[in-house]
Amino acid sequence: MNSFLEVRNLNLSLKAGMPILRSVSLNVAAGQVHGLVGESGAGKSMIGKAVLGTLPRALQVTSGEIWLDGVNLNSLPTAERRKTIGAKAALIPQDPLTALNPSKRIGPQITRRLVDILGWQKSDAEARAVELLHEVHIPDPARVMKSYPHELSGGMRQRILIASAFAAEPKLIIADEPTTALDVTVQKQILRLIAEMQQRHDTALLFVTHDLGVVSKTCDTLSVLYAGKVIEEARMRRFFTRPIHPYSAALLKATPTYTNPRGSLTPVPQSVIDATEREVREHDMRASR
Amino acid sequence: MRDARGDVTRPIGARLWLSGAWLALLVLAALCAPLIAPKDPLMQDLFLGRMPPFWVTGAEPGYLLGTDSLGRDVLSRILYGARLALIVALVAGSLTCFIGATLGLIAGYYRGWPDRIISRFVDIWMAFPPVLFAILLIAVMGPGLVSIIIAIVVIDWTRFARVIRAEAMSQGAMDYVASAQVAGRTRFGTMLTEILPNVLPTIVALLTLEMGIAVIIEAILSFVNLSISTDSPTWGGMIAEGRTSVHQAWWVLVFPLITLFLTVLSFSQLGEGLKDRFDPVLR
Repeated sequence: MNSFLEVRNLNLSLKAGMPILRSVSLNVAAGQVHGLVGESGAGKSMIGKAVLGTLPRALQVTSGEIWLDGVNLNSLPTAERRKTIGAKAALIPQDPLTALNPSKRIGPQITRRLVDILGWQKSDAEARAVELLHEVHIPDPARVMKSYPHELSGGMRQRILIASAFAAEPKLIIADEPTTALDVTVQKQILRLIAEMQQRHDTALLFVTHDLGVVSKTCDTLSVLYAGKVIEEARMRRFFTRPIHPYSAALLKATPTYTNPRGSLTPVPQSVIDATEREVREHDMRASR
Repeated sequence: MRDARGDVTRPIGARLWLSGAWLALLVLAALCAPLIAPKDPLMQDLFLGRMPPFWVTGAEPGYLLGTDSLGRDVLSRILYGARLALIVALVAGSLTCFIGATLGLIAGYYRGWPDRIISRFVDIWMAFPPVLFAILLIAVMGPGLVSIIIAIVVIDWTRFARVIRAEAMSQGAMDYVASAQVAGRTRFGTMLTEILPNVLPTIVALLTLEMGIAVIIEAILSFVNLSISTDSPTWGGMIAEGRTSVHQAWWVLVFPLITLFLTVLSFSQLGEGLKDRFDPVLR
């Protein structure tokens, strides 16, 4: 299988020493949708941030490699790496409310990417931006191009961010919980839209979420992340019928069903929080010794 | 209401109108002082000392706001005093703003060692009592317009650095900054195109506030006789002089004081009004 994105044994820790990701490996094949599931705090978003080079200051990669389209990103100098990532990957962020610059109109925020990454002329970029907004089903794109972000709803803004992510035709999109900040009714539309855009543009998609229901509908393969470790990597069908790791099985059992709505849910044996707390205690003990 | 571009516009509030009008009047007064001042502000006439303003009995015609103890026309001195006040407000205000905001922006966006150096510097700087610091500086450099401006910049840049650093930090944590970087933009470019436009409303509000503060500092310095040469009229100098004879001639103190008060108030209100109007998030 030829991977477009390959993460090899990535270790990530707080600069203070506490590990966040432990030897994480991940493959996303070209044109495929790969789900990345896990509880809050498992480190899902950090994988995406590590790939895009937008990790928070307090974190650092201690070892491991990230290969994007056959290029080892770690081997490139900073400016070069940034260019490569910009040309090949894009992000659909979690919170559409903070992902657009509040003091700029929508139009320039989309066209800027085309000018920055593809070196287009401004007029061409504008025409393309209108087209893209049309593609994500925004009515009256010409007017929206002239609007400020605060004049638009959350769902509209997420559509714009999707349009802008696909604008420069990247071969990999990282969607970091793209529906978490939205209403349930809007969530479904946005999911459908992402799937539609992914197929039309034939991009690989790394879908970060804690929602197994969403994964089952959209992904080809998935990784389950638990306390910074990938504990299971599987094809979709197999995962839902025969999960291997007990945690995966527990996770699936914890899904509420319509057939037995009053039955109590099976809790997951040990949450990430417990595991993390234990980790912190051990780390402190080691430090005090 | 909508303007030609289809943007929603709001009528200009009374606050913006009044403060803008007062400041425009002041600029006009400063520019045309020689034309509109009824008397020479330096001309003394000891026979006409402490004449009251026009509505009080015993007023001397031609001296609208009365005269001081040396018989100089109060109105003309206020008009000429506006020149120094406005020059100080504009030059010292913008220099302070430029230096402080630049350092604050760098500290807040780059973090790391630039932030550590700038922030420690600000902490140390803010431990000096500002007015005392200014008086000390002038005493060392000698009085004069340039000294006043330097003193104001030196004592007040920290105000901008602090506030703009905090703003830049909170903007820097937003997702749109991250996506600008994913798009391959340099850090410096991101600072100018993404962060700066979003802290600009705050910079403008602070700048107008600073202009008011600059006027006050200048008045304080003239009050203690450390401004420019004593014979050119300044509001602070007039207040200092009026203070000594407030029981015999209140107008010598009160009129420059009111002018100073309205000017400083107008600067701060103008800033608030502009921020309300041009901040796309508040709008």
